[in-house]
This record gives sequence, C-alpha cells and structure tokens, in this order.
Amino acid sequence: MHDSHEFKIPFGPQHPALKEPEGFSIALKGEKIMGVEVRLGYNHRGIEKACESKTYIQAMYLVERVCGICSHSHSTCFIQAVEEIAGLVVPKRALYLRTLVGELERIHSHLLWLGVAGHEIGFDTLLMYSWRDREVVMDILAKITGNRVNYGMNTIGGVRRDIFPLDAQAVLKDVDILEERTKYYIELALKETTIIKRLSGVGVVSHEDAIKLGAVGPTARASGIARDTRKDDPYAAYGELKFDVITSDKNDVYGRTIVRVLELMESYKIIRQVIQNLPEGPITVKAPRKIPAGEAISRYEAPRGEDVHYVKSNGTEKPERVKMRAPTLANVQAVKHMLKDRYLADMPIVIAAIDPCFSCTDRLIWVEDVNSKKYDVMNWGTLHAYSVDWHRQHGINFSKLNQELAKKMERA
Amino acid sequence: MVKEENMKQEIIRQLNVPEDKIRIVRERRISLEADYAVFGKILDFAVKQLRFDYLCAITGLDDGDRLSFIYELAQGDGIMLSLKTSVPKSHPVLKTVTPYFLCADVYERELVDLFGAQVEGLPEGNRYPLTDDWPKDQFPLRKDWTPDLLK
Repeated sequence: MHDSHEFKIPFGPQHPALKEPEGFSIALKGEKIMGVEVRLGYNHRGIEKACESKTYIQAMYLVERVCGICSHSHSTCFIQAVEEIAGLVVPKRALYLRTLVGELERIHSHLLWLGVAGHEIGFDTLLMYSWRDREVVMDILAKITGNRVNYGMNTIGGVRRDIFPLDAQAVLKDVDILEERTKYYIELALKETTIIKRLSGVGVVSHEDAIKLGAVGPTARASGIARDTRKDDPYAAYGELKFDVITSDKNDVYGRTIVRVLELMESYKIIRQVIQNLPEGPITVKAPRKIPAGEAISRYEAPRGEDVHYVKSNGTEKPERVKMRAPTLANVQAVKHMLKDRYLADMPIVIAAIDPCFSCTDRLIWVEDVNSKKYDVMNWGTLHAYSVDWHRQHGINFSKLNQELAKKMERA
Repeated sequence: MVKEENMKQEIIRQLNVPEDKIRIVRERRISLEADYAVFGKILDFAVKQLRFDYLCAITGLDDGDRLSFIYELAQGDGIMLSLKTSVPKSHPVLKTVTPYFLCADVYERELVDLFGAQVEGLPEGNRYPLTDDWPKDQFPLRKDWTPDLLK
C-alpha cells in the first residue's frame, strides 16, 4: 500500500470469528482509514413481517430466534409488550426466573466477547480460557432451561419452567466459581500493560459524541454514559434488586473491556439476590389467545445494549405489527466514527468492541484505490493476521502473556 | 407519575397540543399524536426543551391510505415519548431527523426500503435492509405485499 494512494478494502462477507456477514467499505490511505461506509442487511430474514402471520406464541418463538446469543433478551422484550397490552400481571416468581436467565445470558455473552476480543488482538489463550469458563454458564442454562441457547423460557403471562431447589443451589455454587475466574480477568485487564497498551486510545468516542451518535450498552457506558435500561426503565425483577451501573471514562476499547468484566461481577450479585429471594407462587397467569387492540413499547438491557420492541395488536390472535430495534443497529454509527482516521490494524478489535451481533441487526469490507479505482479483496482472516502482525512490529506481543495465562489456568 | 404529568402539561401549554392527543400510557410512557405539518416543531421542542437526547427507534406502520410513523424518544431518566404522525401513502414524504439524531440514518433507510417512504435530506449511503436487486415497486412491510410477489 502506498501513502499517496487511497485504497478501499473489502473483507468477507464472512467473518470467521463472528460467523455473521455485514459490509464495511473502508477508504484507506497508506495504513490509515479515511472513511467508512456500512452495508447491512445480509442477515435480514423478514421476521417482523413473518410475525404478522403468526399467533403471539408462534411469533415469540420466532422472535427468540432472531439471535442465538441474546435470544432471551428478544423473547422477553417482545413478551413484555404483549403482556402490557393484554393487561396481564405476571407473577413475581416468573419475573425473577426471567431475570435469572437474562443475567446468565449476559454472563455467557460477555465471556464470549472476552474471548473474541482476546483473539482479535492475538491473545488466543484468553479466548481458550474464557470460553472454557463460559461452559460453566452454558451448563447452568442447559440444566435449568433444557438448552444452551434459545431457552424457550417464556410464555405469555410468565415462564414455562420452574427451578428445582437443588438446581438453584447448584447455580449459586457455579456463580462462586465464575466469580473467582472473573476476578482474574479483571486483574488482567487492570494490571497487564500489554493489554492496556493495545486497547487504550483505540476506537475512541467522546462522551458527547457517544450521546450524539445514539450509542447504547457497554459501548455507551465506556464513554461515561450512565444508561442501563435495568435501572432507567426497570422491567422483570430489576426494580427490586441492588446492583450498580458500570461506566468508564476511558471512551475507548479499553473502557469497553473494563465495563464488560465489571458487569460480570454485577451479574453474579444479581443472580445471588434472585435465588436467595425467589418468591413463592405460580410461574404463569392465564393469557387470552386473542390480545385486545392496543400497543406497547418494551425495552430490555440485552448484553449489547438496549433492545426495543414495539407491538401493536388488533384484537385477533395475530399481531398487527411487531418492530424490533436491536442494540447493534444503534451502535453502527458509532463504529463509523471510531474508525475514522485510525489504523487499519485496529479495525478488528474496534468492530469487535461494540460486540456486534448482526443476526440481531442484520461482514464484508471493500477496498478501493481512490486514484486508480482498482480494488482489492481481503478477507477477515487476512485482516486479522495483518492486524496482529502490525501491532507486533509496533511493540505489542502476546506470546509471553499467552504462556503465563496457560500456566496459571492449568493450576486453577 | 409527577414527572410525566408535568411534561404532558408543558407540551400542551407550549405547543398547543389538544389534550386528547397526548396520553400518559403508564409510568415512563407518554404518547403524542400530531399532524405532520407540526411534527417538526414538536420534535424540536422535545429535543431542545424537554431534553429527549436519544432516539430509540422509528416504527413504520401501514394504515391503509396513510403511512404512520412512531418516533420513540428517550431521556436519561427512562421516560419515553412516542411521537406519532402520518403522511398519505400517495405522497409519503418525510424530512430526515438526522440533524437531531445521527443514528436515524439507518432507521430512515429502513422506512424507505420496507414502506416506500421518501425521506428528504438523507445523506448518500447504502440502502438497508433489502438487496440491491430488490424490485423497485415492492415494499414488503406494506400490508398488501406477500412473498409470492417476488416470483
């Protein structure tokens, strides 16, 4: 690549780490990104339209499958809107169980993210061990819901499954294990200079810009925006639980890392409260098949940020309109901003740091030489290798840390 | 629901909105219906005076001979304001709200693709979410569209 030419680089459309396609068109000059265009919609499946020809229960199962990682988020967000329209009072026990699954989902999502972030910067041992720890959560979810993803926990008016006391106790023990492991990841994030160096000053969005760009979730909280739907617009059991909203004033990928690992600790806190204070009583109320005409808007703090569902009913057993705004769509503008005037080598971790879920929202990057109009094709694997190599040449080397973490984890 | 009530009264007072067009649905949910002719003024007031600094979503709806749009605004303290308006399907022209909310870009493109809205002032950019070769006159979220029209 020559300094005098501007290239636009295409990648993908398949992104090996995240397994979802979306398109970024990067205008590149030398090693720096001049501008970014985004092409989304590769995963668009017409789910909103499909919901209009399904009953509410059928629609709920479809909505749950918008995404594998935040399936409970979508299912709960949708069902809350339906329950509000129908005027149903969901039993407290059900709200607590929804919260339990929601927080377990947040834990498995954040641990997955930690691994992906590790991989993107060349710290692959972190990927291996955080995903090993994630298996603890997946096993809990499988035990209490029957599935590792797409839990089928909800129904209109409550939840479909109760929790056995023995299983509840087992969850508490597993949370203790996860908390110990997470403390190590926090120490890594706060003290390890290679990580701090690699992630600081990367993907910067100021507090003011983050508000203007409409960023949500950990991406927004890492720019000091203290917004968390669980606190601002409480749903499920969150109005009765004690937890902190985690923010950082770093405004960068490092801040987003800190926010997510500290949020894990809050999730453990919440789960303990849920299980120790689990109300007695039924897990569901009877719901009508035909939902009276009305509309409602529901919000949910998914692992990636605020999820918003609007439902309009028309008195029949099928919804009139279902609209879903997943968090990644809200963070896309912020990504364009973060990448401008930055090194191409930072692109993998910057995109990964918003924890993109394009199944929810619906990866390809296009490179074009602005002067000659010739274009080049680079897939994500090549970009990843370029990124790790570029940073190694600039003094960031994870080989020692990979070995140290492996030694430590084998002893644990 | 003191905050919500105060907000409702301020909107009625400052914008001359008829009382039956603004509703407190429940706590943290206010709903307001307005003609498109005054929508811009109301949005401006909501953003600048009432400090709704966040646009959650824009929902399009097919209402027969009109296309309706609900702009869901939110504030830091959790109150949501749903601003509803509509335009004729025969002339579904909207003005972009990207000067207020940068994130509206992709939400408005969705209205263009799926409902056939015409959003004036949208900067150049890729369509969302339909494919480049999607038939020009087909708007999937309109009620009269069915998948067999694609054959």
